[in-house]
Amino acid sequence: MKIAILALQGAFAEHEQMLRLLGVETTLIREHWEDVSGLIIPGGESTSMMRIMRDEGLFEPLRQAILDGLPVLGTCAGLIMLDRNHLDVMDITARRNAYGRQLGSFNTEEEFAGIGRVPMTFIRAPYIEEAGPEVEILATVEGKAVAARQKNMLVTAFHPELTADTRIHELFLSMVTSSSNDSIPR
Amino acid sequence: MEDRQVLNRQLAQMLKGGVIMDVTTPEQARIAEAAGACAVMALERIPADIRAAGGVSRMSDPKMIRGIQEAVTIPVMAKCRIGHFAEAQILEAIEIDYIDESEVLSPADDIYHIDKRKFRVPFVCGAKDLGEALRRISEGATMIRTKGEPGTGDIIQAVRHMRLMQSEIRRLVSLGDDELYEAAKQLRVPFDLVRFVHENGKLPVVNFAAGGVATPADAALMMQLGAEGVFVGSGIFKSGNPEKRAQAIVKAVTNYNNPAVLAQLSEDLGEAMVGINESEIQLLMAERGK
Repeated sequence: MKIAILALQGAFAEHEQMLRLLGVETTLIREHWEDVSGLIIPGGESTSMMRIMRDEGLFEPLRQAILDGLPVLGTCAGLIMLDRNHLDVMDITARRNAYGRQLGSFNTEEEFAGIGRVPMTFIRAPYIEEAGPEVEILATVEGKAVAARQKNMLVTAFHPELTADTRIHELFLSMVTSSSNDSIPR
Repeated sequence: MEDRQVLNRQLAQMLKGGVIMDVTTPEQARIAEAAGACAVMALERIPADIRAAGGVSRMSDPKMIRGIQEAVTIPVMAKCRIGHFAEAQILEAIEIDYIDESEVLSPADDIYHIDKRKFRVPFVCGAKDLGEALRRISEGATMIRTKGEPGTGDIIQAVRHMRLMQSEIRRLVSLGDDELYEAAKQLRVPFDLVRFVHENGKLPVVNFAAGGVATPADAALMMQLGAEGVFVGSGIFKSGNPEKRAQAIVKAVTNYNNPAVLAQLSEDLGEAMVGINESEIQLLMAERGK
């Protein structure tokens, strides 16, 4: 199993470290990619990443790969980039900077469906404002959806890569494993 | 460590691999954001003009900063003078995302830096060697940048600071445990920070390059020397084609290890800022605040 991490801007090294901890092979991608079983879109600035993604000609190939079933984990900016207004692969609308500026950044601990209570770090974070019927909401903080899954896509508004808790990455890896067992064509 | 300090260090982690651009108007801020900047630094005059104008240089008008906060969705930073905690309080009151306690402005205190742990907003500080960097971190800075020589378009100082910092870090890594106490004494910094660097081979906070970055090649040079991202001040809006140059520098930071891409990015950028050589300048801003 090899997981690609989009390395255009942001906290991609933190995801790399997390996967290394879990004994998973990773590759940082800036242009093309091949032979990967999953993709992580990290936190960072979504406007910055979108701009570079378009200019590097990554937008369409990434979008198509995800639509074809490539398992993807998007955290914070990654959640925004998968929504209807960006890559438009997931049936959600993200609200950017939903908690305001840096003074609104915070840590908390909440229930995550199927996992239990997990620590959550929100940095100038978004939340999910609206989600379609196929989207399963996995966690909420003060009534706002902050984690969700739709088929091969898992998103969190917070940063599991910044905590010592590996369970969300493990959940993603289990999605990757079951997807390769289904051998989805791509 | 306090929650706030950790969250503030983590915001800097999100800026990694990005370019932070100096802007003086909402219009410039929008150009920077569209070009892919990961944050903007709002200031009335860019360093090249501060240098040319001379006189005392202070925090920008909060109204001007607010105008920029309203124009973009990316983080907005602003500068206060070294030691001027009242300017910092004002910037915190307008909910700035990051304060740069900066040698580019005239220092307000020649002994003390701001006690940055008293604030909830994060601070970035300049450093030209490891001792300065760790002193600023112990005062509460959650991000470090080289001092470079702002407003010159000359990369030599940023290179010197980054090389010195990296070589001092390598030296600390190589020391024996019992030698760290003496190293802390020589560097004039707390032992715990020395031990962190010894064990991890890096600063406990993100480290950017700043000062004199004018071309995609400059940005790539600093990234290869170990910078985790780049501040560009006068280099963009003092050049012939700011929009194109801004985009090129953003992509150069992403592709800093790919000379073929860098070659493409360096084509047809128009006039770079004119620049002043280090030996021609009267005022070394990097010497402010140690």
